[in-house]
Amino acid sequence: MAETILQVENLTMHYITRAGAVSAVDDVSFTLAEGESLGLVGESGCGKTSVANSLLKLLADNARITGGRILFKGVDFVPLNEAQMRPYRWRNIAMVFQAAMNSLNPVYRVGDQIIEALETHLSPYSFDQARQRVAELFTMVGLDPRLMDQYPHEYSGGMRQRAVIAMALACNPDIIIADEPTTALDVIVQDTLLRQLQTLQARIGMSMIYISHDIAVIAEVSDRIGVMYAGKLVELASAEDIFHQPLHPYTIALMSAFPSVTGPRRALQTLPGEPPDLLHPPDGCRFHPRCPFASNQCREQTPLFQDRGGGHAVACWHPQETRI
Amino acid sequence: MTVTAPLVRVEGLRKLFPLNQGLLRPATSFIHAVDGVSFAIAPGKSLALVGESGSGKTTTGKLLVRLLHPTDGQIVMRLNDADVAVTTLKGDRVRAFRRHVQMIFQDPYESLNPRRTIYDTVAEPLYVQGIGNVLDRQERVAELLTLVGLTPPSTFMFRFPHELSGGQRQRVAIARALVINPAFVVADEPTSMLDVSIRASVMQLMQRLAEHLHVTYLYITHDLAVARYMSDRLAVMYLGKIVEMGDTEEVLHHPQHPYTQALLSAVPVPDPGWKRTPIEIKGGVSKPVNPPPRCRFYDRCPLAAKICEDNDHPPLEDKSAGHYVACYRA
Repeated sequence: MAETILQVENLTMHYITRAGAVSAVDDVSFTLAEGESLGLVGESGCGKTSVANSLLKLLADNARITGGRILFKGVDFVPLNEAQMRPYRWRNIAMVFQAAMNSLNPVYRVGDQIIEALETHLSPYSFDQARQRVAELFTMVGLDPRLMDQYPHEYSGGMRQRAVIAMALACNPDIIIADEPTTALDVIVQDTLLRQLQTLQARIGMSMIYISHDIAVIAEVSDRIGVMYAGKLVELASAEDIFHQPLHPYTIALMSAFPSVTGPRRALQTLPGEPPDLLHPPDGCRFHPRCPFASNQCREQTPLFQDRGGGHAVACWHPQETRI
Repeated sequence: MTVTAPLVRVEGLRKLFPLNQGLLRPATSFIHAVDGVSFAIAPGKSLALVGESGSGKTTTGKLLVRLLHPTDGQIVMRLNDADVAVTTLKGDRVRAFRRHVQMIFQDPYESLNPRRTIYDTVAEPLYVQGIGNVLDRQERVAELLTLVGLTPPSTFMFRFPHELSGGQRQRVAIARALVINPAFVVADEPTSMLDVSIRASVMQLMQRLAEHLHVTYLYITHDLAVARYMSDRLAVMYLGKIVEMGDTEEVLHHPQHPYTQALLSAVPVPDPGWKRTPIEIKGGVSKPVNPPPRCRFYDRCPLAAKICEDNDHPPLEDKSAGHYVACYRA
């Protein structure tokens, strides 16, 4: 068993708004092993990006981590201030955002932006060494090193996303957090990028947290998958188990609502209702208003996130035995 | 078996957008957004138009509802037992034509006027077409809101778009498109902005309405999995050309054009155990600016040969029982 590199315990986070506190992440716990790829999947507003941002404490001004611990190699990030967090960012944990264009400064050459990251986070580099490192990184992500002297607008969408990945890899991080990096891309570009990301991850031996709303993409890249709903982690298991033996009714609904180009053309199942307003999350299980199996217990008590054996954890009073 | 006349017949449709036009200088380069597209849709059937961004699928949709005027080509629709030549309509005839043809747009946050109530939005086509009096319209709007699942209608009618979720807004957009009972609807990525659980219900709603109201759809999407559920027939577009067309299941299971094959092999499958054979194609999608006459896919095609370089873009040929492929090498 590989060693645990990141351990998140009971993470709870709120956004303070004029209307009240929005409970965006509630009591989320998971671990990430060295070299492992963990997928976080859920619909918009389920808190997956808030979890990612919390891990590096890249939070909006109105966001407050109100409980829990984030242990990276034994160091708890939660009490650290900005200055104390800084050395860990990029160096140990790097992030790839969804909008590649917004992650690159339009008035600087792409290569120079990566060099800046290198200079800020690593011990002094000579200019030549730095350029050599950038060329190396470009080759790694499948970009022609000659492109480093061009500006972001001269890149296509796929190339920009590769450059952003190169930038994230610059300091050889232990963990890379990828937040919907391929969502804006066409399928063929997405496919090559996903495969490259997997190859790189295996070669460098880093861990990855991959966030997406698209369960098909998550299936391609993840060893283990966590399913989020309304700020809660509702199920966490191996990719195989999530797809073929899901226990949580929400996971089951999500899987049956997703169209596929392969296999028999089965009818899509629909899930009634809408996700709850997190200003006033429902009592008990947050999924109970939409759940076909909801009982009085679900309406009153929050289900515990418990391991049901074999590393398959679920937060549900009535886990279902389904085979898909 | 009787052969019914197609509801929509498109022949040699082209749309070029000028690039470097000046006030007095005529354009010398053009984007060939839609370049010689032909297809037909039978009444009550739906055709899905799939392709990557920039393939010309949205332009085709807009041409069909006369939001754009084609450079060349014919669009003929069979409306009220009369053939209507869509491309030559003018003035009032365009309005009369829109009585039968509607469009649903991709982004329900952009396509609804934020300052108008849901009732105003859904009733608008009735006003424009001068259908019924106020009471009739209210009744009709209530009926449509019920049909799209916004129940009870009285609680939605006088709300504003910002009070609704994305899925509810898209239902409003569908209600608006269907309120005048159109025969033909162009749906441009109506579910791509919606979350998975909401998306399935909107897809199901559109299918149910198609059966219930006998609507014929042109369903535009980049997502082959969605197309599979929403269409009887499928046309794959690449840089302004249809490269493959046929029954949806047939095309998805036996793709013949190398581009369709590459596209299908790149679609992520929601099954971690799924093993596929990746098909490598070179480069990325370019812009069809003054393209050379040869096959549009030539530069990226793994099968490209001399015949492909020397000849014009291959014609769409019937390879087997209505499965059309435009490729010399397939």
